[in-house]
Amino acid sequence: MDGLYFWIFAVIAVLASLGVVGQRNPMYSVLLLIVSFGALSGLYVLLNAPFVAAIQIIIYAGAIMVLFLFVVMLLNVPTEDPVKGYHVKLLGGAGPRHFGAVLAVALVAELVWAMSHLRLTAMPESAGTTSSVYQIGLKLFRDYAFAFEATSVLILLAMVGAVILARKEN
Amino acid sequence: MQRSDFSAIVPVLIVTLSACAVMLAEAFRRKHEEMPLGWLGVIGLVGATASSILLWNSHLVGFGVVAADNFALFFNVMICAIGLLTIFLSMGTAERDQLPVGEYYTIMLFAIVGMMLMGSSKDLLVIFLALEIMSLGVYVLTGIKRTSEAGAEAAFKYFVLGAFSSAFFLYGIAFTYATTGTTKLDELGLKIASTSAEPNLLVILAMVFLLVGFAFKVAAVPFHMWTPDAYQGAPTLVTGFMSTGVKAAAFAAFVRVFLAAFEPLRMDWVPVLSAIAGLTMILGTVVGVAQTSVKRMLAYSSIAHAGYLLVGLVASNAAGKAAILFYLVSYAITNLGAFGILAALSSPDRPHDDIRDFAGLGQDRPWLAGLLTIFLLSLGGFPPTVGFVAKWYIFNAAVQEHMVALAVLGVLTSVVSVFFYLRIVVMMYMVDETAPGHRPVVPVMVFVGLLLAVAGVFYLGVLPGRLLSIAASSVASIF
Repeated sequence: MDGLYFWIFAVIAVLASLGVVGQRNPMYSVLLLIVSFGALSGLYVLLNAPFVAAIQIIIYAGAIMVLFLFVVMLLNVPTEDPVKGYHVKLLGGAGPRHFGAVLAVALVAELVWAMSHLRLTAMPESAGTTSSVYQIGLKLFRDYAFAFEATSVLILLAMVGAVILARKEN
Repeated sequence: MQRSDFSAIVPVLIVTLSACAVMLAEAFRRKHEEMPLGWLGVIGLVGATASSILLWNSHLVGFGVVAADNFALFFNVMICAIGLLTIFLSMGTAERDQLPVGEYYTIMLFAIVGMMLMGSSKDLLVIFLALEIMSLGVYVLTGIKRTSEAGAEAAFKYFVLGAFSSAFFLYGIAFTYATTGTTKLDELGLKIASTSAEPNLLVILAMVFLLVGFAFKVAAVPFHMWTPDAYQGAPTLVTGFMSTGVKAAAFAAFVRVFLAAFEPLRMDWVPVLSAIAGLTMILGTVVGVAQTSVKRMLAYSSIAHAGYLLVGLVASNAAGKAAILFYLVSYAITNLGAFGILAALSSPDRPHDDIRDFAGLGQDRPWLAGLLTIFLLSLGGFPPTVGFVAKWYIFNAAVQEHMVALAVLGVLTSVVSVFFYLRIVVMMYMVDETAPGHRPVVPVMVFVGLLLAVAGVFYLGVLPGRLLSIAASSVASIF
C-alpha cells in the first residue's frame, strides 16, 4: 500500500516540478510549485515525519508561496517575454548554455555516485518518535517555553513596527 | 511550572503589559483625543523598578533561562531609569517634534523589554531573542519620524547593518551549540572550562562571532560604521535612548557571556578586546574633534565611551567589573541629560544640531546653558561630576591589572575629548548670538527630567561609594 502512495506522490511531485520550469505564465509556475510541495509533504508522511510534513505545508506551501504570489502580482508580469537583444547574449547564448550543460552533467554524476553508495535498508521503527509532533511539542512548551513566549513579543513588535513605518503620513 | 518561575520574570512582564496597554490605548484613541500615554509607560517602569528592588537577593531563576540575580536586577533598575528619564524628557518635546506619540512610547517600552531580557537571560537563545526585540524596537524608533529623510536613511542603514551583525551573533550561537551541545551559559562555562587547555577551533570561531555581534551593538571599532549616521538621523531623544539603553543592555549580556561563560578562554579574547578597546578610544576621540554637528559629535563621543567600557571589560578584576556597571550608570544619566537639552532646544527653524546654533545660549537661557555645561563636563570627566569618578574607577582597575598602556591611552583620549566638549561651552558663553530663529519654551516635565539627571550627576560624583558597593555585589552574583 505504501508503495502505491509513494508512486502517486512521487509522480505528482516530478510532474509538477517539470511544470514549474516549463510554464510561461509565472502565476501557473507558482501554483504548480504549491502542488509539488504538497506532494513532497505526502512523501514526508510516508517517511514517518509528520512534523516536517506539516511544516512543509504551513511554511512553504502557505507562507512562502503567498510571498511569491505577492511578488509576481506586484511585478505584474502576466507572461514571460521572449528574450531579446542584449539578454539573448546573456541568457540564451552559447556560453551560458554550455555552462548549464556542464552543471547538469555534474549533477547527474553526483546523483549516480550518491545512489550507488547508498545502502538501502528498512526504516528503523523509532525514526518517527524523534520528529513527532508530540516530542517537539513537549520540548517547545517545557524546555523552550520562555523562548517561545519571547518570540511572540518579537513578532508583535515587528508587526507594529512595520505598520508604523509603512503607513501613509497623516 | 512553579510560582518562582513567574516571580523571576515579573519586572519584564510588567513592562510588557504596559507596552501593550499603551498600544491598545493608542489604537482605541479617538482622533484629537488627548491621552496621558507617557504616564502609562511611567507606571509600568516604576512597577518594574519596584518589583526588581523587591526581588533583590532572591536569586530566583524563571523557566530555567531568565535569572533574577542581583546582576540582572541591577540592569533592570538601570534600564527602567533610562526609560523613565527618556519618557520625562519626551513629554512635550515628542509632540512638538511631531512624532506619533502613542507608537513612540509603545515601541520604546517594547525595546526596554528586550533590554531587560538582555541583562537577565542565562541562555544564548533567549539572549538572541532579546537582542532582536531590542534592535527591532530601536530601528523603528530611528525612522519613526516619517517626514524626515535623514531618519529614513538612518533607520535603513541601521537595520541592514544590524541584521548583518545579528547573523554573526546567530552563527556564534550555532557554532557554540554544535561544539558543546548547549546554549545555557552555566553548562557552557563548565564545558569550555573542561576543554580550555585544548580548545576546539570551532569554539574559538563561535567566540569571535559572538564578539563581533556584541562589538556591533556597543559601537566598537571596527564595527562602529553605522553609529554616526544612525545617531544623527534619529530623533534627538531616540538617539539619547539608544546610545544609553542599547549600550547598557549589550554590555550586560557581553559581561555575562564573556566574563562568566567564556572566562576560561580569557587568554584568547583579552588581546583582541584590548586592541578593539584601544582603537575605539582613539577613533572616537580623533574623529569626534573634527565634527561640527553636535549630534554627530556625541555619536563619536559614544564610540569613545564604548572604548573606556571595554577597558573595564578587559581588566576584569573585581574592581573592573563593578566599574563597568558604575560607568554605564554614569554615562546613561549624563548622556540622556545632554540629549534632553538638545531635544528641548530644537525647533524646526533652529534644530540645534550645528554647533553654531548654540551661540549666545549663555545669555539667552542661562539655566539650560548651565545644565548642558555640567553634562558636557561630566562626559569629559571633570571632578566633581560622576564622569570623573567613573573614568577613575575604570583606569584604576586597568592599572591594577598592569594594563598601563590602555590606562594611559584612556587618559590621553579623555584629555583630547575635553576639547570638543568645551568647544560647545565656549560657543554658548563667549560667542554672541548671530544665528536666526528662536528657541522654544522648555516643557515642565523636561525640566523635571533634567533636574533629576543633574542631581544624579552630582550625587554620584560626590558620594559614589554606595552605588559602587551595590554594583560590586550585583556583579559578584554571576560568578
